[in-house]
Amino acid sequence: MSDPESVHITVNGEPWELALGSTVAELLERLGLRPEVVAVEINRELAPRSTRAERILAEGDVVELVTLVGGG
Amino acid sequence: MDETAFLDDPLRVGEFTLRSRLLVGTGKYRDFEETARALELSGADCVTVAVRRVNLDPSAGPSLFDHIDRQRYTILPNTAGCFDVESAVRTAQLSRDLLDTPLVKLEVLGDERTLLPDPIGTLEATRRLVEDGFTVMVYTSDDARLGVYLAEAGAACVMPAGSPIGSGQGVLNPNAIRILMELIDVPVIVDAGVGTASDVSQAMELGAEGVLLNTGIAGARDPLRMAVAMKHACIAGRLAHLSGRIPRKLYANASSPMAGRIDGAEG
Repeated sequence: MSDPESVHITVNGEPWELALGSTVAELLERLGLRPEVVAVEINRELAPRSTRAERILAEGDVVELVTLVGGG
Repeated sequence: MDETAFLDDPLRVGEFTLRSRLLVGTGKYRDFEETARALELSGADCVTVAVRRVNLDPSAGPSLFDHIDRQRYTILPNTAGCFDVESAVRTAQLSRDLLDTPLVKLEVLGDERTLLPDPIGTLEATRRLVEDGFTVMVYTSDDARLGVYLAEAGAACVMPAGSPIGSGQGVLNPNAIRILMELIDVPVIVDAGVGTASDVSQAMELGAEGVLLNTGIAGARDPLRMAVAMKHACIAGRLAHLSGRIPRKLYANASSPMAGRIDGAEG
């Protein structure tokens, strides 16, 4: 059933399927997000900007992608 | 003599220096253009922002990032909407990575209806963020003793609510804020509850080092005009504080001399 060449993750509460070995940087690119306006958390821990190119997403990872919005 | 001679020192919060003592939020505006114009007219150089999930819809419009000049403004990310220590700490860590700033406006709130700060969670989160190297500007109630604990925990400034967030009730307990200012050495910035310009002036006349507001401008019928009003109110209140108000007296005290009136009436 599950494709051995892919991983299944959750991004901002939604299910996503990625190619096995995808990095955080590749996820942002696939989503069409400008990397400078996003911060990333994986499994409730910050995934710092400096690690995005190397950090490989694993099966079941829960990813939060945040940005700035208006607020007080 | 030029009136600029009376302008005082900038506000210092940790390693940050702010020329304007008015800090403003970026929420509740009609659009980003109105936000940008209101910020400019307010004269503020520190603006608060919130951190939220990015819109994954590829047709999502422009980002607030494109409408705030980061050369001009000190960006102060908040942890608004966090109701526990853990989510406030996570949000602060995300904002630091997003903006490359150690500044955070810490909010740990008790419940969604009152948005009153959770004092115990706020103190715990302050300790953790200070330990982690953040410059913590902490939103709190007007409880003076709690403010002392927050300052002792290393907060860069303590920001008591004048009244509940967005309530427009002004500064409900000025005496508590005066007492807090006597007890701590870090700046006290009144945060939340401002309804109109006189609320800002009142807070500044009390001796607050600054005022942070959002809804008072964004929620006004004419937000841009109110931004100008708030700017002047902040300056007016600050100058009045530095000048020293006269004592309140029960009876009148004539400004014109009684002596020398016509018809030779004696003074």
